[in-house]
Amino acid sequence: MWKFIHKLASPPHFYGLAASMIPWFVVPGLFLVAYGAYAGLFVAPMDYQQGDAFRIIYVHVPSAYLSMMTYMIMATSAGIGLIWRIKLAHAVAAAAAPIGAWFTFLALATGSIWGKPMWGTWWEWGDPRLTSELIMLFLYFGYMALRGAIDDTAKADKSSAVLALVGAVNVPIIHFSVEWWSSLHQGPTLVRKGGPAMDTAMLYPLLAMILGFTFLFGALLLRRVRAEVLYRERRTRWVREMILSKGT
Amino acid sequence: MTTKLSANDLTLFRGERCLFRHLSFALNQGELLLLEGRNGTGKTSLMRAIAGLISFEAGEIFWGDVPVLSDRQAFHGALVWMAHRVGFKADLTLVENLRFEANLRSQSGADFDEVLHRLDIDRLKRLPIRSLSAGQQRRVALARMLLSGAPLWLMDEPFTNLDREGRELVVKLTSEHLDMGGMCIMAAHQDVEIGSNAQKIVLQ
Amino acid sequence: MTGDAPAMLAGMLGVIRRDLLLAWKRPGDILNPLFFFVMVAALFPLAVGPSPEQLEFSGPAVLWVAALLAMLLSLNSLFLSDFEDGSLDQMLVSPVPLPALALGKSIMHWLTSGLPLVLISPVVAITFRMPASVTGFLMITLLLGTISLSLLGSIGAALTVGLHRGTALLSLLILPLAMPVLIFGARTVSLVAAGDGVAGGLYFLGAYAVLVLSFAPFATAAALRISNE
Repeated sequence: MWKFIHKLASPPHFYGLAASMIPWFVVPGLFLVAYGAYAGLFVAPMDYQQGDAFRIIYVHVPSAYLSMMTYMIMATSAGIGLIWRIKLAHAVAAAAAPIGAWFTFLALATGSIWGKPMWGTWWEWGDPRLTSELIMLFLYFGYMALRGAIDDTAKADKSSAVLALVGAVNVPIIHFSVEWWSSLHQGPTLVRKGGPAMDTAMLYPLLAMILGFTFLFGALLLRRVRAEVLYRERRTRWVREMILSKGT
Repeated sequence: MTTKLSANDLTLFRGERCLFRHLSFALNQGELLLLEGRNGTGKTSLMRAIAGLISFEAGEIFWGDVPVLSDRQAFHGALVWMAHRVGFKADLTLVENLRFEANLRSQSGADFDEVLHRLDIDRLKRLPIRSLSAGQQRRVALARMLLSGAPLWLMDEPFTNLDREGRELVVKLTSEHLDMGGMCIMAAHQDVEIGSNAQKIVLQ
Repeated sequence: MTGDAPAMLAGMLGVIRRDLLLAWKRPGDILNPLFFFVMVAALFPLAVGPSPEQLEFSGPAVLWVAALLAMLLSLNSLFLSDFEDGSLDQMLVSPVPLPALALGKSIMHWLTSGLPLVLISPVVAITFRMPASVTGFLMITLLLGTISLSLLGSIGAALTVGLHRGTALLSLLILPLAMPVLIFGARTVSLVAAGDGVAGGLYFLGAYAVLVLSFAPFATAAALRISNE
């Protein structure tokens, strides 16, 4: 088992494996997003309160979900890298952070655009989820700034891993405190006791979008990890041999 | 004689640069290990790594039969390190600094005055470290080594800043320490004549 | 971890005693953040205007933000001199488990920056027309909150020690983590001022301090080892 994991985590092996895995993420991802976008924009009925404005949830909800999930992936792999000294795990954490920051930014931007017709303002401090996302963005900024400030890769990996773990402990608490701080937003409508409250014609495209975004996120992450691995291993023999064998 | 400190197949990197590969050594009681090499060959890094401040890329160090990393406290209890920087608080007096060290090592401090007298720094007791000369500060660092009672001495360039008398004192103290069954790892770029059974590692 | 408890305690108290002695010889290190706290608090009335209602309303928030910033200001130097003069090296190779020493440093930071802030806060609160009953709660929330901030901040200080641009980076790392403390601290005082219940906020601040206490010394210790490599 241990041997298997170490083989899997060896950079050359992973570099090849990731390349062959990417299409398995891209194809279903594109398919799901295409269906979700079409069904969400044209098939799903108008919301009787929000009109067509609600349709932005097809981007907003998957982005918000991925901004949280990416942080958890980042913190988990950073922790694995720190405890078991697996370098690939650190590369995953490093590659995940900018993606997470972008999804967080996307969630904030779409939330703000949604807010304009709903609340009549681009930014509503009274909305706990938007505020949480903003703090989330700050957490990503801190993580990336710490990484950027340390020249030595190994040291940057370990330092930022400690920060990511401390951040992961704090994320739920930040959410809780922001919820307590304010309660103006509409309650969660997706998961509710006794089934979702949403019309299925609205719900299915949303689920498709969430799943599709996740697949595309996987593809993006794999691609970025490959680039990260290549950069980190730039002085090793296997990279040199690989480049020479391509004859470019 | 028992082997107390052994190192297996060490590899050390600083950043992208490999300082050495496959370095092994073993140190018995009463033995001295000299690290030699020009500037920048990694003597200080090796010493920091032995002390546990930098991690090796590969390889392990054993104290007795136990890997150092699995029982850091036991190993650190047995070593004392005279680093390049003396590591004293400039604003505190000599005694205040040494008392803090004693707190970290839970030593009794009975022979305090005797040690200070031997090193010829007892009249500096109440002065802040800031007002001591570099050579005097090295002597205080020597006092820390003697007071610690630790069997393993790590000395990084112990002769720096010392006058001839001070250098002779270092040699004398180290020989005595070795005679009593202690161990010493010393990095120096000048030739050192201490004891008879010194091992040498020359870093390229 | 194998270190026995008395040795850990002796080491921790040793660190606290040594650093208090240092602070005593250089009182500026304690006084500067205090002056900073008072000045930041004074900026708000100057910027907002002297209207009593507005001052009364914004008092808790202003005091809390000023306290947070003052704590941050003093954090930067927490490990810096130890790092520069080599005494951090000596602490890292001492037989005392590092988390005990890290906890000692955090306690020391709280004693020299958190506690003085708590003690001086009533004076500043008066200028914001804060009633005595509310001021009491302000002090309690600051007391609980600054403990968490000292512990959390030690992690950030340990992560950034020895880096250039340390101060700005430290703020960037710590401020998002400090949000819950700020939210609960400032809002609880505001709620008291408005005549609402407060138990929830105080429980949270207390529970959070305990939670942070349980992991911060270990994270700080790990960060110190990494930063000092």
